[in-house]
Amino acid sequence: MTAESHALTQVEPVEHSPVATLAHDARGGISNPILGMLLFLASEVMFFAGLFAAYFNSRANTTPWPPAEFEGLLDPLSLILVATIILVASSFTCQFAVWAIRRDDRTGFLRNMGATLILGIAFLLLQAYDYSVLFDEGMTMSAGPFGTTYFTLTGFHGAHVFGGVIMLGVVMYRGMVGQFSGRHHDMVEATSLYWHFVDIVWIVLFSVLYLL
Amino acid sequence: MATHALTPAATYSRGGLYEWLTTTDHKKIGILYLVNSFVFFFIAGLMALAVRAELSAPGLQYLTDEHLYNQLFTMHASIMIFLFIIPILAGLGNYAVPLQIGAPDMAFPRINALSFWMLPLAGVLLMAGFVTGGAAAAGWTSYPPLASDRPLASTGSGQDLWIVGVVLIGTSSILGAVNFLVTIFKMRAPGMTLFRMPIMVWTMLVTSVLVLLATPVITGALVMLFIDRNLGGNFFDPATGGNAVLYQNVFWFYSHPAVYVMVLPAMGVISEVLPVFSRKPLFGYKAFVFATAAIGALGFSVWAHHMFTTGAVFLPFFALLTFMIAVPTGVKMFNWIFTMVRGQLTFSTPLLFALGFLSMFLIGGINGAFSAAVPVDFALHDTYWVVAHLHYVLFGGSVFGVFAGVYYWFGKMTGRMLDETLGKIQFVLMFIGFNLTFFPMHMLGLAGMPRRIADYAANVGWNDWNLAATIGGFLIAASMLPFLWNVFVSLRNGRIAGDDPWEANTLEWATSSPPPPYNFDHLPEIRSERPLFDLRHGRNGH
Repeated sequence: MTAESHALTQVEPVEHSPVATLAHDARGGISNPILGMLLFLASEVMFFAGLFAAYFNSRANTTPWPPAEFEGLLDPLSLILVATIILVASSFTCQFAVWAIRRDDRTGFLRNMGATLILGIAFLLLQAYDYSVLFDEGMTMSAGPFGTTYFTLTGFHGAHVFGGVIMLGVVMYRGMVGQFSGRHHDMVEATSLYWHFVDIVWIVLFSVLYLL
Repeated sequence: MATHALTPAATYSRGGLYEWLTTTDHKKIGILYLVNSFVFFFIAGLMALAVRAELSAPGLQYLTDEHLYNQLFTMHASIMIFLFIIPILAGLGNYAVPLQIGAPDMAFPRINALSFWMLPLAGVLLMAGFVTGGAAAAGWTSYPPLASDRPLASTGSGQDLWIVGVVLIGTSSILGAVNFLVTIFKMRAPGMTLFRMPIMVWTMLVTSVLVLLATPVITGALVMLFIDRNLGGNFFDPATGGNAVLYQNVFWFYSHPAVYVMVLPAMGVISEVLPVFSRKPLFGYKAFVFATAAIGALGFSVWAHHMFTTGAVFLPFFALLTFMIAVPTGVKMFNWIFTMVRGQLTFSTPLLFALGFLSMFLIGGINGAFSAAVPVDFALHDTYWVVAHLHYVLFGGSVFGVFAGVYYWFGKMTGRMLDETLGKIQFVLMFIGFNLTFFPMHMLGLAGMPRRIADYAANVGWNDWNLAATIGGFLIAASMLPFLWNVFVSLRNGRIAGDDPWEANTLEWATSSPPPPYNFDHLPEIRSERPLFDLRHGRNGH
């Protein structure tokens, strides 16, 4: 490279617009933000895998499980089933929103995204209520490994739902000001992937904590 | 991702400091990583000197408060690992990877800046313990019950600040790994197939996979430790139904792969340096790539060799897999040695440091293979043998590799070359000092000296080796002075580098030094893993 050509780049930075080279994917296939989200979710899987490993280790070391005083407290046929149905339903509305924006249907997108947001908040409220019920029964973080693992697993899941609700809120806002279209909606796709992941973690949690 | 037309980026003339604080340019962020990491290197180095000074003779002479001694060796290791070696290699990767694959920047430049800026913040949190009643003092491994809220742990919030700081650094690493992987998979220049990528890029790829899948697990371990300490959790305390070995399992599931996170990129650096200064292509490119992948894969299945003496792990399995890691590592040794065989060697400073890596890492591998044997490990566990081993790998290996990279790329980063004479003085001092410090630790370990003690009896025969190690430690410190002076004078008066001062092989040398924003005006055709060699010699060169 000559000195002249180097000088040229500094005079005309337009030639090196980051938008032209970074935001668009020259190689085809999956877009950068979506690949980034998938990789991030891989690390999230490992995070929960570590917590689940601790759960199963604690469970194997504790007999009986659940301890006698908490027998029957984690009943799958209670409010938690409603919360589960709500979260699973929100995954469907989220996907409907993605399909809507893919065919450039902004109204359908906003409706379904709004429903997802409301369902997500409803899940969090139900979980908070459920915690208060458990606290009343004397089950807390310090109630032996049973309580510690329960609140750690569900607590971190809840924190992820909370983070997802914030992301959905941003998507909602950007959708309302018209930033998404049939061609440009990577953030919608990435957020929906995250939301499905949070949903799947909950299904595993529900199965392990309440059914198994 | 942008949904409306953006005005094209223009280079506004911003103030120098403001530019550095707000930059999203991978080259500037890479340099920030390097500077930040060197600051922490010197801080943690001073802590090591304090430890060595205390151990120079029996008795408590300088650090009469043993609790302060515990804090110093804990913070020495924590800072060296989490704030020096891991980030500085990420920094070299940050600088080199987009250039080497012909990309204009990383895939997510703002996340890149975020990854960097978490590090100084985490460093401040880690060290804030010193002024809030004592920094973390349970060793860098922070095993419970030692790190739990018990009389032996630091009073005050030092241990909690340590946990939060390390979780923050882990988050920075994870975001960085996502960034590297997307960059490498999606932003390679036309013609840059996976098997034409420079080895440095391959090692960053495998490292990023390790970081991505292992780091969240230590986040889990630290979160559980935090819950036990602060929220009344019962994960690790057997008295309340917990299991102390659980922490070790989860901790080492990250911290063993972390060893490869700390050494693979350094292997990448010397795999760039050795071919250039031997005037030959790397011997066995594909074998090297597969060996790197094999080390990464095996790295996930050997964590319990840190826990042989707990009696809670299946010894034959973990011993066997640990031995197996020596196989791909041995393959790499052959790659490097046969790259140099019958080459035209130029003994410039980068090559000297690469040779330092090669020889010292070999010792670190061999004394590691000893510890992999279960009966030997039972005798050597938690002795100075282990301290010798890990320093031969992480200092003799990684740090020598880091300096090879700094001397190799300094001209590209700044436009001026580091001085060769000062560089060679640094290398000689550092090489002698390193061996004087850490070789005697083998003997101390065999003589039974445990790690993490502030004092020892005068009549057990450890005095001479300890004094030698202390002298060596100060020699290492002295070897940093010519380096600092070298950087200082070379930035002003160093030889002008030009585009390609080493007649190297990879794309970063096809652009100016330092490269312009977004790196390239035009790229040479890429038909092999050595596009610049092809450019100089045409197809006849092969």
